[in-house]
Amino acid sequence: MTTTTLPTYDEAIAGFEPVIGLETHVELGTNTKMFCGCPTDFGGEPNTRVCPVCLGLPGSLPVANKAAIEATIRIGLALNCSIATWCRFARKNYFYPDMPKNFQISQYDEPLCVDGYLDVEVDGKTVRIGIERVHLEEDTGKTLHVGGATGRIHGATESLVDYNRAGIPLVEIVTKPVPGTGALAPEVARAYVTELREVIRGLGVSDVRMEEGSLRCDVNTSLNRPGDEWGTRTETKNVNSLRSVERAVRTEIIRQSAVLEGGGRIVQETRHFSEETGDTRPGRSKETATDYRYFPEPDLVPLAPDPAWVESLRLALPEPPRDRRKRIQESWGLSDLDMQSVVNAGAVELIEETVAAGATAAAARKWWLGELARRANEAGIDLASVGATPAQVAELQTLVDSGKLNDKLARVVIEGVVAGEGSPTEVMEARGLAVVSDTGALTAAVDEAIAANPDVAAKVRDGKVAAAGALVGAVMKTTKGQADAKTVRELILERLGAS
Amino acid sequence: MSDLTRMTAAELAGTIAKGDASAEEVTRAHLDRIAAVDGKVHAFLHVDADGAINAARKVDAKRAAGDELGPLAGVPVAVKDVLTTRGVPTTAGSKILEGWRPPYDSTVVERLRDAGTVILGKTNMDEFAMGSSTEYSAYGPTNNPWDLGRIPGGSGGGSAAAIAAYEAPLAIGTDTGGSIRQPGAVTGTVGSKPTYGGTSRYGLIAFSSSLDTPGPCARTVLDAALLHEVMAGHDWRDSTSIPQAVPPVVEAARLGMTGDLTGVKLGVVTEFNGEGAEPGVLAAFHDALAALTKLGAEVVEVSAPHFQYALPAYYLIAPSECSSNLARFDGVRFGLRVGDDGNRSLEEVMSLTREAGFGPEVKRRIMLGTYALSSGYYDAYYGQAQKVRTLITQDFNAAFEQVDVLVSPTTPFVAFPFGSRTSDPYQMYLADLFTIPTNLYGGPGISVPCGLSEGLPVGFQIMAPTMADDRMYRVAAALESAVGTLTPPSLEG
Ligand SMILES: [Zn+2]
Repeated sequence: MTTTTLPTYDEAIAGFEPVIGLETHVELGTNTKMFCGCPTDFGGEPNTRVCPVCLGLPGSLPVANKAAIEATIRIGLALNCSIATWCRFARKNYFYPDMPKNFQISQYDEPLCVDGYLDVEVDGKTVRIGIERVHLEEDTGKTLHVGGATGRIHGATESLVDYNRAGIPLVEIVTKPVPGTGALAPEVARAYVTELREVIRGLGVSDVRMEEGSLRCDVNTSLNRPGDEWGTRTETKNVNSLRSVERAVRTEIIRQSAVLEGGGRIVQETRHFSEETGDTRPGRSKETATDYRYFPEPDLVPLAPDPAWVESLRLALPEPPRDRRKRIQESWGLSDLDMQSVVNAGAVELIEETVAAGATAAAARKWWLGELARRANEAGIDLASVGATPAQVAELQTLVDSGKLNDKLARVVIEGVVAGEGSPTEVMEARGLAVVSDTGALTAAVDEAIAANPDVAAKVRDGKVAAAGALVGAVMKTTKGQADAKTVRELILERLGAS
Repeated sequence: MSDLTRMTAAELAGTIAKGDASAEEVTRAHLDRIAAVDGKVHAFLHVDADGAINAARKVDAKRAAGDELGPLAGVPVAVKDVLTTRGVPTTAGSKILEGWRPPYDSTVVERLRDAGTVILGKTNMDEFAMGSSTEYSAYGPTNNPWDLGRIPGGSGGGSAAAIAAYEAPLAIGTDTGGSIRQPGAVTGTVGSKPTYGGTSRYGLIAFSSSLDTPGPCARTVLDAALLHEVMAGHDWRDSTSIPQAVPPVVEAARLGMTGDLTGVKLGVVTEFNGEGAEPGVLAAFHDALAALTKLGAEVVEVSAPHFQYALPAYYLIAPSECSSNLARFDGVRFGLRVGDDGNRSLEEVMSLTREAGFGPEVKRRIMLGTYALSSGYYDAYYGQAQKVRTLITQDFNAAFEQVDVLVSPTTPFVAFPFGSRTSDPYQMYLADLFTIPTNLYGGPGISVPCGLSEGLPVGFQIMAPTMADDRMYRVAAALESAVGTLTPPSLEG
């Protein structure tokens, strides 16, 4: 392979216009699989959540899961799609060991939802992403070749397939091509997936976790010279985080630009994104033939959603995340930038619930984006899973407001709450962390500090009030931080006649 | 006790209910008969003697306890080896499934068990139900009890031959293009294909999903109707199952047995009245028409102009679906695995397994269907065939506005000698010329013996509108009352 120096992103994008497109797969959180009664929970010993249907045993037949159809229609409605009044499942035929039947039940030319859009915010501008289709299909199992070259039995001691995931309902959401975003294309791609995730999370139909694979993304990218027809696109797979969505588009733009500038041609192909290196590589083709020989699934009857039912689903949709954020931002009085950080941290619901539990928006935001966000980051987990509930955060703030805790102590209390030691009040009492408000005890500590630091005391008496800090520090030390610094300072000044 | 094997299912059920014979005695009589003659007939791929005896004893215990018995309790049944039976080998006539014991019962088998029938074993068939002679069974052909040198029809030749040879009074078949009716015709037995969706396909190893229909095989029309009622009815596990009550087929058979068809209009399909059929078959067919007229039926001629395209449409739709349905036989999860020596790729092992496991007719149809579904050919082949299917359905609908049922010979020729049609697939495919239109339409069809040609049985086909299966049973029972049942030559000696 020849090594060429790649252009910078700015250089790469200068001569071209990108067109992007995204295909997103979302595993639905239904109780049972798409075509059988097996449970869908993540994890579980391999091949324990299987039956004749999802193992594709001879003679078995699929029965469509109504809850999955309803969830797909709700996604379609939330993405402003038209819902088909009649549609069918289709078989997508190809051989692969993680597909029990060697065909996937999917939808082809008759998807459940078509022609919608999703508006996303990038750089203060609204970009409308067209939605081509939303359809329903079944997930595959997972193959693992142990100890050998990728994908081959050769050299491997074993090839293992786990069918627990096989047959889990999967919704595919395909955008229309998105032209005209210029240098912002990578950010638009990221903003779209972020917003889509919010929409689906708001519907409560999936936990949309990219790291667990319940939301998976393929990114299409092409470049053309201004005024020319759209270029040949590549499809980048294995894009497993929001950050990677943005990086994958950026990387592909740089790579394609270098190829085109060098007089080369872009090959229509599937490429794989590497989280480690941030670059894309041509993928090993899953199957040699790309002809899936789609035909209507004869084991299932056509779907004909009752328009009245669809309408009732539409009326029951939750407030769109974008509208909700606007409403919340106004009521909390946040700047665009502050709101953005709340959204990015995934803290909108948490703050909302904390406010509902009695805290001010400012206080709620301070805890969730401060101490708790720090802990979540350190642990590498979602903010929502950090271990503190909105009610606990509100209770903590009440303790601070009433003077029972100071900021420093409150942070220690949080540590106890996150560690599962109980409510903030329980942790405070159990650890003996309450602010020392007994003036008698404080006065004794203050007198002790003055006696131990006669030089400092003299300075304060002479009017050098700033020197009192050293005495405050000494008192805080003897009270192990459990005193209110402001009260201590007042006491010292009073004792030394400097107030 | 040997006359127990000569009784009809209805007679056996009565005998057991009255206590004149136990279910176990009935079962043992049939197992003895199988032991005596199946070496010549080869109707069975697997005989489950222990399972059968146990099932029979359960019926006897129920009777002893005074529990109510179903209409076929204790009556032995043979099941085509394409329906799954829990823990009992199920091969679909293919090497690729040799030794496979399904972990679950098909719905039809479950209903047979629930009804107290006694499953004797699994019957031979063309591999994956693809064929009209059982010559494509990976386990060797079944021989026609009428002439052991001739084919018993197919794909369900084992089920039909088992009944004709008195190895079982009842059998289950499956009909995709005629696989119940054509074997019925050439063995002189009754074979009935219910309305598509009237019987559950759950546990039926799929050949062509939109056509496959399980149905009853018997020596009399009433027996077929009794078995039909036991096996049919809505099943939530099959999405294409029709959520309606089973048509009153037993009542209709009893009505037909009175021999009165006054007011019933029979339509003779112009396009099937002559061309392609042997003269002896046509003669028997016309004699039967005359007999039915004597019973009061009115015979009119109706045209079904698109029936002539049924065979080519069928040979695009069925192979297309089979090419996809049979993709799962790859050696990964069950059945045969070839070439897994640690040096070959997954793809190579899959290919070698399928190369070794599938027979020539199955491979031919997989290739045909793969081609027909290919991008660029889909519209011209599969798409066009579906349009023909719609036109054939329209032909049926138009015909049933004029007549109650349509009639034709079941198959153009009587049982042919082994090897006489295997070299030319089209000659074999012609066996289903008259049965295929019904499958494409989805309605019911029945074959009932109507006489002999050159000493071999001829079948009379009656076709009815969807979910009007009762109509054909009435006409079939009336015809049976007029011409009688057929008895093959003795297999002894
Ligand atoms: Zn399952």
